[in-house]
Amino acid sequence: MLSISDVVIGILQAAVIMALSPLVTGIMRKTKARTQKRAGAGVLQPYYDIAKLLRKDEVVSDQSSWIFRVSPWINFVAIGTAAFFIPVFLAYSPFGLAGDLLLVIGLFALARFFTMLAGLDVSSSFGGLGSSREMMLSSLLEPAAFLAVFVVAVTYGGTNISTITEAASGSALLPHPQLIFAAIAMFVVMLGETGRLPFDNPATHLELTMVHEAMALEYSGKSLALVEWSQSIKQLILFALIVDMFVPWAIPQYPGPMAVGLGLSAFVVKVAVLAAGVAFLESSVAKWRLFRLPDLVSVAIASSMIGLVFYYL
Amino acid sequence: MGGSGDILGNRLEARAKDGLVRFPCGACPSVAGRYEEIGSELREKIAKMFGRSLAIREVDAGSCNGCEIEISALNNPVYDIERFGIRFVSSPRHADVLLVTGPVSRNMEAALRRTYEAIPSPKIVVAVGACAADGGIFGDTYATAGGVGRVVPADVYIPGCPPRPELLLQGLLLAINRLRQEPGGRGQASSGLARS
Repeated sequence: MLSISDVVIGILQAAVIMALSPLVTGIMRKTKARTQKRAGAGVLQPYYDIAKLLRKDEVVSDQSSWIFRVSPWINFVAIGTAAFFIPVFLAYSPFGLAGDLLLVIGLFALARFFTMLAGLDVSSSFGGLGSSREMMLSSLLEPAAFLAVFVVAVTYGGTNISTITEAASGSALLPHPQLIFAAIAMFVVMLGETGRLPFDNPATHLELTMVHEAMALEYSGKSLALVEWSQSIKQLILFALIVDMFVPWAIPQYPGPMAVGLGLSAFVVKVAVLAAGVAFLESSVAKWRLFRLPDLVSVAIASSMIGLVFYYL
Repeated sequence: MGGSGDILGNRLEARAKDGLVRFPCGACPSVAGRYEEIGSELREKIAKMFGRSLAIREVDAGSCNGCEIEISALNNPVYDIERFGIRFVSSPRHADVLLVTGPVSRNMEAALRRTYEAIPSPKIVVAVGACAADGGIFGDTYATAGGVGRVVPADVYIPGCPPRPELLLQGLLLAINRLRQEPGGRGQASSGLARS
């Protein structure tokens, strides 16, 4: 059973993810601005944006129903719950008893389902466009995500994230070549799930090319703040999963002041490097044509398949 | 002077741009080279009034796209408006500032009004360019409304054809200053030109 200290550790880890997630978005925007030889906004700008939106009025279309109003909350609660299962500065998450990697993917699917409904709900043409694209992409990305996760799960014996991270931090990558293929697949899935290039351009102003942004066009004020914040949290969760599963170095096994400090700084450094890498990648590729994207997802699926073959060899 | 002789070009001669266009307030020459200065002042004002974050929605209400070129110059590496905490957004519902160009053609009239209604308060309307001020070279005809102020309550008019990015920034600064003068809501419609 969970002790008090376990509960505190679990809540702290989730709080770290929620608190740091806008910072990661800020780092990525700053990196992209730098690659364009611009100074860009400060890394704290996403926090300011959210704080301002919380103080603004909200305008809701009179064509919308309750789905539009509850969708940001369902989004936030689903993705916020997923944050409780992710190991951050320790190799385990005490709430891992209640949910594993499959539940995290399921919670993401729940959040996305309501986002898609909200996109359709306001009967704006761009919302429906975004929803249909998101539906197409998610039906491809979810199997790819499951396959990548299965490769990791069969290697370390279970889909529980704590088990995976603990086993991963105690072993080397070399005896498990299948993990390299799983990492490739997981990276592609992460790009798609967080709406990064070449799947979706988060900085676009062209409604015709939007995927995720198109469904958030109608939100304003507090709802928009929730939508943006949950999107950042989801992004950080996926970064943290990649870090936990594939580069689990310097993650302490047991709590302690030194261990937590080391684990937290290692986490921040690894996530920042990953975020900057993704931002660099975004600066160097163009958005792909929508119907070419299944090719990229099939690369992820094929990579996972190769990983599975390597596991049984 | 007067008479048809002028129109036919008998007495007109080619002149430099300075001779043709007289800046009524001297605004345009005086903001040249002061971009950084205006920008840092604007950043401080945004920090006070909007919590360090200002979102702009740009609407082209029948403009010739001259103003759009200057507005998009704000995003390039030279002007880089993002470092002052300002960004352009893709939906009026995300915006604090409505930036309108053009004389408001009849086809854009309803769209502009609805865009204005879609912006959550507090909100500011900035009319950019000579056409947005009074119709400009398009004038007040059957095809245009003759200025942004006739369709939505504009807070600030930025003169110029097209206005320089410096002047755009100064116009935003003026608009935010006007917002402070009227607490508890957005500024009233009036014709404050962006004078320095």
